Amino acid sequence: MASDVTPVSGLSGWFNRTGWRSLLIATPYVWLFAFFFVPFIIVVAMSLAITAGQSPPFAFLDSWPYIRFDNFARLSGDDLFVRAFLTSIYNAAIATVLCLLLGYPMALCLTRVNPAWRSVLLMLVILPFWTSFLLRVYAWIGLMGTHSWFNKGLTAAINAVIPADWAFASIQMTNTNFAVVLVMVYSYLPFMILPLYANLEKLDFTLNEAALDLGSRPWDVFRDITLPLSVPGIIAGGLLVFIPASGELIIPSLVGNASDPMIGRVINDQFSAARDWPMASAVAVALLFMLVFPMMAYTHFEAKAQARGKAGQ
Amino acid sequence: MTATTPHPSAPEPKAPFIRIEAVSKTFGDFVAVDNVSIGIEKGELFALLGGSGCGKTTLLRMLAGFDAPTSGKIFIDGQDMAGVPPYDRPVNMMFQSYALFPHMTVEKNVGYGLKHDQMSDAERQDRVRQMLDLVQLTPLAGRKPHQLSGGQRQRVALARALAKQPKVLLLDEPLGALDKKLREHTQFEIANIQYKTGITFVVVTHDQEEAMTLACRIAVMDKGIVRQIGTATEVYEYPNSTMVAGFIGSINMFEGEVAQCTEESTIISVPKLGMAVAAKADRRMQPGMKITVAVRPEKIAISREKPEGAANALAGQVQDLGYFGKDSLYRVKLPTDTLLSVNSVNARRGGENERVAQWEDKVWLSFDPSSAILLTE
Repeated sequence: MASDVTPVSGLSGWFNRTGWRSLLIATPYVWLFAFFFVPFIIVVAMSLAITAGQSPPFAFLDSWPYIRFDNFARLSGDDLFVRAFLTSIYNAAIATVLCLLLGYPMALCLTRVNPAWRSVLLMLVILPFWTSFLLRVYAWIGLMGTHSWFNKGLTAAINAVIPADWAFASIQMTNTNFAVVLVMVYSYLPFMILPLYANLEKLDFTLNEAALDLGSRPWDVFRDITLPLSVPGIIAGGLLVFIPASGELIIPSLVGNASDPMIGRVINDQFSAARDWPMASAVAVALLFMLVFPMMAYTHFEAKAQARGKAGQ
Repeated sequence: MTATTPHPSAPEPKAPFIRIEAVSKTFGDFVAVDNVSIGIEKGELFALLGGSGCGKTTLLRMLAGFDAPTSGKIFIDGQDMAGVPPYDRPVNMMFQSYALFPHMTVEKNVGYGLKHDQMSDAERQDRVRQMLDLVQLTPLAGRKPHQLSGGQRQRVALARALAKQPKVLLLDEPLGALDKKLREHTQFEIANIQYKTGITFVVVTHDQEEAMTLACRIAVMDKGIVRQIGTATEVYEYPNSTMVAGFIGSINMFEGEVAQCTEESTIISVPKLGMAVAAKADRRMQPGMKITVAVRPEKIAISREKPEGAANALAGQVQDLGYFGKDSLYRVKLPTDTLLSVNSVNARRGGENERVAQWEDKVWLSFDPSSAILLTE
């Protein structure tokens, strides 16, 4: 065989024959099957079961049809769950928009500074990841407390601009939705900046020069050229922030308002405190479907964009 | 610069439309453009010609307003351009990469520059249609740039830059990305559009053929300095330096010493040719001056017999031979071991058998005294 003559094709021939190639290709699928699909099926199955005084604390019905959809019916009927879903989406949406408004100029700035500065600034964007996430959330609890310099400073700043008889002593920040959004924006900002930077960095600066040359002022150039061409980056960053933010558990648990919980906390409470695993599973499945649709829309958009790119070559 | 009769298409001399006055541009220690002064007439097609890094693109970017001169001034139509941003200049540019907006159709690309102009929608649509007609792209108005071929993109870029009817159009390597056949066609098209619109064109190119066919006048640049400004004929036939002579076309150059100057001729002894070259009388020459003698390959005649009465005749042997179809290049070795390039048109059909000489053949070379270019720098 010719492929046995030259060492490279000989190696690849060996690679194909011995099945290493199939194994290599199969690895991610096996991984996804074992650690995503199987657990997902278990959760879906659990959501169709009933609670039981055993371990694990659920059981299927004794007779046909063995499953029931009561959990999902309760989900849509119970005010607590509906409000938790709405709060989650509301908080996640606000956090996403704020991340975009803060992150876009930062990402754009990263593409414009000289390369030496760029690596330093990129480093600073990634640096918070080197500290424990939990530790950073606790740090925010300290910062937001009524006796902290941050709270006092903010209070003084607001008191300085509002009429004197409206003045107040401190701001109640911890245990509010405001705190949840603030800490989520802080935590997820890098997930907005990095995909946006990757997108903006690839844009051809000559296009901006061409638009300037054709009479557009810098703001018009941004609106007409940079912004429309960075839509894929905005979508990628938006999803990377919105999806984890809507299922966030730790931040609302530590700084959020307990009477207005987010869905992650509801799932957690159902699992641990209420020991109602089927209900918790039903909430998790519902959340997954709510998040899967925007994700699918994005994948569809990406595939279309790539097909367009290919057609251009 | 050697004074000659002006190119027929060169406009009448008056106050130049674009005045580049003692412009320099430095990037750190690097001098990109060094004290350049050029006057470009209204309606002229002017070329900046030079190798990469010669400063021609930097000069173009300063005209467009993307870079500011470190020193010196640029005037366009009498207006000082210092501090005028690109969007306020009466100048448009066609970029080397075309820089078409990928998310806009051909029509939107061409109409983009008109957004900020004071005109009605009907006028705007009219202008876009006119421009698309001019570059023959009307049927493709709804396409996106990635659905076009290279030549079509080039024409969209040209139409977009022309749509605002600028006073000056800057073209950065306009034919650089096109294949040879398309280049030949397009360069005439560009010259044609320039003639029709009457807009002043400034073309940057590294391709001397492109510069020579397109431009009324050419500025030859090297290391940030303008070496010569003149018509295609002037820079080709009357180069003012060995740099220009060597950059434009191919040439045989030899060092020599002026032996004798008379009313009729200049005699230069050229050791590498093993002979004294007779050239036309030249007032700059003094006996004893060290100069360079240059002869274009196509100015040298090649024959089997010794040419009768030729002022400059040399014997040699064909060492190398290249057949290019319309002409052949002979590399002839002289008794002094010097190689001389000679171009000869293949006027008769038949290839090898009809050629003047073959490999190893003994031949005679001759050239007229007027063909010898004498260069002092």
